Order: sequence, then structure tokens, then C-alpha cells
Amino acid sequence: MAVYINGIGTISPQVTFGDVPFLEAPKDVTGNRLTCIEPEYTGWIDPKAIRRMSRVIRMGVASAGMALKEAGLDKPDAIITGTAFGCLEDTGIFLTKMIENNEHALNPTPFIQSTHNTIGSQVALLLQCQGYNQTYSHRAFSFEHALLDALMMLEEKPLSVLVGGVDEVTDHSFSIMNRFGLYKDDSVSNLNLLESKTNGIIQGEGSSYFLISSEKGSNAYARISNLATLYKPVDGTEIQKWIKTFLMNQSLSSNDVDLILLGSNGDVTKDSVYSEVASSVFPNAAVGVFKHLCGEYQTSNAFAMWVASKILKDGSIPSTVLKKKTNQNPERILIYNQHLGHHHSLILLESC
Amino acid sequence: MRSLIHITGLGVVSAIGNSVDETLQAFEKGTSGIGPITLFPSIHQNQLPVGEVKLTNEALASMLGLQQPITRTAMLGILAARQAVKDSGIKNLNSFRVGFISATTVGGMDRTENFFIDYLKDKTTGNLDDVVHHECGSTTELIADDLGIKDFISTINTACSSSVNSIILGSRLIDKGRLDVVVAGGTDALTKFTLNGFNSLMILDKEPCRPFDASRSGLNLGEGAGFVVLVSDRVLKQESLKSHAVVSGYANTNDAYHQTASSPEGRGSFAAMQQALEMSNISIRDIDYINLHGTGTQNNDSSEGTAIQRLFGDEVPKVSSTKAFTGHTLGASGGIEAVFSVLAIQKGWAFPNLRFKTQIPELNYKPLQELRKGLTINHVLSNSFGFGGNCSSIVFSKG
Repeated sequence: MAVYINGIGTISPQVTFGDVPFLEAPKDVTGNRLTCIEPEYTGWIDPKAIRRMSRVIRMGVASAGMALKEAGLDKPDAIITGTAFGCLEDTGIFLTKMIENNEHALNPTPFIQSTHNTIGSQVALLLQCQGYNQTYSHRAFSFEHALLDALMMLEEKPLSVLVGGVDEVTDHSFSIMNRFGLYKDDSVSNLNLLESKTNGIIQGEGSSYFLISSEKGSNAYARISNLATLYKPVDGTEIQKWIKTFLMNQSLSSNDVDLILLGSNGDVTKDSVYSEVASSVFPNAAVGVFKHLCGEYQTSNAFAMWVASKILKDGSIPSTVLKKKTNQNPERILIYNQHLGHHHSLILLESC
Repeated sequence: MRSLIHITGLGVVSAIGNSVDETLQAFEKGTSGIGPITLFPSIHQNQLPVGEVKLTNEALASMLGLQQPITRTAMLGILAARQAVKDSGIKNLNSFRVGFISATTVGGMDRTENFFIDYLKDKTTGNLDDVVHHECGSTTELIADDLGIKDFISTINTACSSSVNSIILGSRLIDKGRLDVVVAGGTDALTKFTLNGFNSLMILDKEPCRPFDASRSGLNLGEGAGFVVLVSDRVLKQESLKSHAVVSGYANTNDAYHQTASSPEGRGSFAAMQQALEMSNISIRDIDYINLHGTGTQNNDSSEGTAIQRLFGDEVPKVSSTKAFTGHTLGASGGIEAVFSVLAIQKGWAFPNLRFKTQIPELNYKPLQELRKGLTINHVLSNSFGFGGNCSSIVFSKG
């Protein structure tokens, strides 16, 4: 059974919506926090509704609308969302007010909108979609499990499924994560991220929804072949064995992968896991990267899937993505991402 | 054709007991778990009754053999999940492809809300140990790591319908042949955050709650965890396990009406129940008992009640909400009530709807007032609905 990506909406720290060339002029930001470039929301959401929505809900709802529009569809059969942190802004607002006001006279709106499923349910509410609605909040498996759920649904019957990965960074979350020592100092340019040779990451965020279907749409980007997740592998050998088994289960070998798109995030102590996979498992494939464009966040694979889908549709790899060139046309792309060594994932896409 | 998904293990902790046995005793004696707030200081302490698990964090940690308490959500989850695995009788868990799927709405909020008190005064203060397990997924991993499960780990958060959705996902993963055994359910601790959130919505009853009663005036928050062990038919036979029940049908829909309110006619809940029955391949007459979502709010009970009446007409089976015993345990409620539903099948019991007095005038039926024993319960329908219009229904059947 083939699964096609028929429409995509992506809001990210790059200009990734509207009629713009594909990552031709990536934004150069100095600092350790990349923030999304947001669209004019009035084109996507009722102005009255926009006021009530926090930023992450706006980004989610608008990117869902973009994906549907590209696919030429009014309403999907199911909406499946992955978000590791959910609605942090509203959570922070309600917590702050609760403590500052000593539990008195609290506005319920931020509480109502603080639950992780608010994004997916607001999409359903605005589209009047009464079908299957699901939200995964499992760290760096959130988007991957949303996608797995969608693929399993499509195994059962022909449907159109809206599947997305959405996460925001707020001042509170940034300042708390900073105290954990996760970030680089703020003098790095994102475009030099992978050459920084320093510890730590730069924080990112983003929202991507995909309209996927067992029927190929007129605007189709790519086919999704399969995905896999691996939790807390003991060492690099287990990771490499897992990748080879994944390919074998698709009746493929590493030579069948034209481009390996890696989640390298510029953390000098952690990035070797990516380079080892690239050199040991995929010596003949082209190598691409994406986190200098979107930053590190737990649903960043949704951004990666947008990058890979665009490459397969266009048939060329933007220079900002390409790290190692080959002569092959990019027809099969494997995305390999991992988060803090605990959550590893693979998504395999093919041209269609 | 779908394969049989068996439930071979049950684990539960809630305001009415720290195990299946204690839970059954509470149902027999009609003992409610609702009482005053003791877990944290709050201006609502003597105003709003809640359903607390009767264990302090220190007692939980010591019971579990932990050196120091971790988040309450995770400890409640570990307690219930360990019980479920033990009850399943699986000896060589790691010889199978095993999944652990949990659900939670608050995650580590019970500790984050303490962190924030210091942090708001000075951003460089607040103990980072209190936020390190804030994420929903972190709660799940603390439990999964305790059980030694790593093949598939996931977390669902669809508010109050979350843990039914984790049981549904587990069933689908086994049905598709991706996993052999799944421990699925959910856990949520009582927090000041949720207490104040629901209070700001003005849907908390100042008295012990009265679900499905004409005089109902809101819900009581509860806490706890409920997990089931799901296995494929092959594993059941190969390991000579006992099937407590099977998962025979389920559905997940969205009401798409309002962020927090349900549609008056219960269109989402109607569709969820109808589709779950359809998948089970049974008729409305085959359902022997419905474990209601039944929170005790005006809106939920009227919407759910109407949807049931529309679907079942004059043949509404025995129904009750067990939330008058436990309080509304949010992300854990579907898991806890799945355990109750399977116990109903195993024991031939239908649970009472505690404190019920007056029938809702719009409805042609009323919930059970007394515990009923000695019944033949072949099929139980369990409902879980949540904020954001998320509606899930599941049918458990005699194996």
C-alpha cells in the first residue's frame, strides 16, 4: 500500500510558506534561539478566533490549513498531532497567575488552552471535523508516533489524514532549559551551527502538518515508505544494526538510499553518532542536514519531512541542506534523527 | 479479520484503593474515596472535596522501593503498572516485542508547580530536580524503565479521554502484528494547577459529586492510575495465560462543537459509542453495563445521557458512573475505568452510582443505586470524553 504526501503546511524559523524559492536564502540568526517566522494569520484563521489563540495554536491551525489547501481538500477524515510540550505559553500564564494571585480570581482561558490536545482539537473545531482525533506527547517520538498512527489507519482503509508535529519555545521554557546547560552561548550564527565545534544546541520550534492519503493527489510531493523508532539504544552498534534491519524489512540496502538527511545539531559531543551512521552505513549516499535551519526541538522531524518532501518533488537539494554531494538524483531519502541519545527515529520517503 | 486482543493483567490505584482487591472491597462496602485536600496547601483546602490516593509521596516512594520520591504521577503509574504486569502472569516479558503506552494530562506538574514559586521570584532559583520530569513523556519513561520495557514507548494526551486512547493504540499495534504484548493505560496526580483550572471553570462541586443526578453541580477531581496488559491470542496460548476479557471494539471521534463544552445532543459521544459497537459486531441489546464518563457536570451528564438515550432508545442497559467513588482522575480515568469494566465482566458485578437520588428529567433511565452481583456480564461499554471534544468509547467482552 502506498501513502502519498499530498499537501504540506510548514511554519518555521525560515520563510517556509507562500510562494518563495525553496531555502534559497536561509535566515542568518546569531543567538541560541530560533523563533518562527509567522504568516499573516487572517488569511488562515477567523480574526475573532485569532485573538483567543496562543502562538502555538495559531501556528498549528494555520499550517494545517495550508496543508489542506495544497491538497485541495476542505476536511480530512482524521487529525493526528504530535507535540512534545504542548501549549507551554498558556501553561506558563496560568501557573504564573495562580501563584501571583494566590489561587484567587483566575481567568480559565489559559487553563482551557493549556492541554496538549488543544492544537489538534482547534483544528478539528475550525474544520468541523468529527473524525478520529489524536495527540501524541512523547518527547522526540511525538511526531513519529503520530505518523505511525496515520500509516496504520491507511493500512485499514483509504482515508485522508492530517498529521503534524508542533512545538513552541517560550521565554519560560527557554530560560529553564538554559539552566540545564543545554544551549550554546549566544554568539553562534545558525548557518555556521555545524561548524561551531562547541558544546550545546540552539533551541528551535516549528509547526508542520501533512495531508497524507492512499490516493496520489495532483500536487503530491512524495511517498512515505515506513518509519521506525528506537528507545535508549546501548551503543552505536545497536543503532547501526537497527537501521540496517529497517532497510532490510523494506527489501532495501543502504546503497538504495540516495540521501541521508541527518538531525545533526552542532553539539560537538553528540554529533558523532550521526557522522558514524553516515560513514559506516551510508558511505555512498549524499548527506544532508536541517537543524541549522529550524533549531533543535523534539518534533523537528516534521520540519525534516517537509525538507525531504520538497527535495523529492523538486528533484534537487538546496545547497544549504547538502553536506556531501553525489551524482545520484534524490529519489529515496532516509531521515535519521535522535534526541539526547535516547530517542532515535527513521523516516523513509520516496519520489512518486 | 481482526485478531483477538486479550486482557491478562489489571493494575489500579485510586482514591478507593491501592490495588484491585482494595478497590473491590470499596465497591462492596460502598465506601467513597472523596475527602478533603491533604496533599498540598491550597486556599481551597476545606472548600473543595477531592479523591486523593491515600498515600503520601514518601509512603509511595517507600512502597515502591525508591530512594526518594519522583513525580507523584510517575509513582502512581509505577504502582499500578507493576500490579498489571504481575497479574498477567507473563514470565518472560522480554522474550516478546513489548510496548508501554501511557497517558497523562499533567505529567510532572505536581513538582513543576512548586518549582515555579521560587522561579517566579528569581529566574535563577527553583530546584531543577523539580522540573526535570515535567514532560508527559518523561512520566511514561520513568514507568517503562521501571518495568524494563523498551521496544515501543509512547504517551497520549487527549485530556480526559487519554488512557482509553492508549488502550486503543495498544490493541491496534498488536492487531497489526507490530507488538505481542502491550501494557496500556494512564496516570495523573492531583495538582494545584488542575484544581485551580477546573475551579476557574466553575465546574467543581463543593460537595461530594453526584454524577447523573438531577441535582448534580460539578465534578470532584481525583487522581490515580490504571493499566491493563494486552496480549495477542498467540501469546495467550503460548504462555498459557488466563484471559480476563477481550477488547472487542473501540472508536475515537471528535465532537467539534466547543473547546470545553459538549454538544447538547452529544454528537461526538454518540458517534464514538455507535462506532465502537459496530466494530464489536454486537447490537445495543448485547451491552450489559455501561461505565459512564459521568463527571457530574451539568453539561457532560446531560450530553452523554442524551447520546445514550438516542443510541439505546428504550433499551438502555445498566449504567453507572464510578466517579462518585474515585473523583475524576482525568488522563487516568479511562485506564482506571477499563480495569473496573473488566472486573465487572470477571466478577459479574455492576457498580453503583454512589449518592444518586433524583433522575435527570430529560432522560428515560437512571443509573444503578446499589452494587449488583451475580450477573452475567458479557459486554461492557466504557466512555471517556475530554476537553477539545475528544470522545472515545471502548467495548470489553468476555474472553
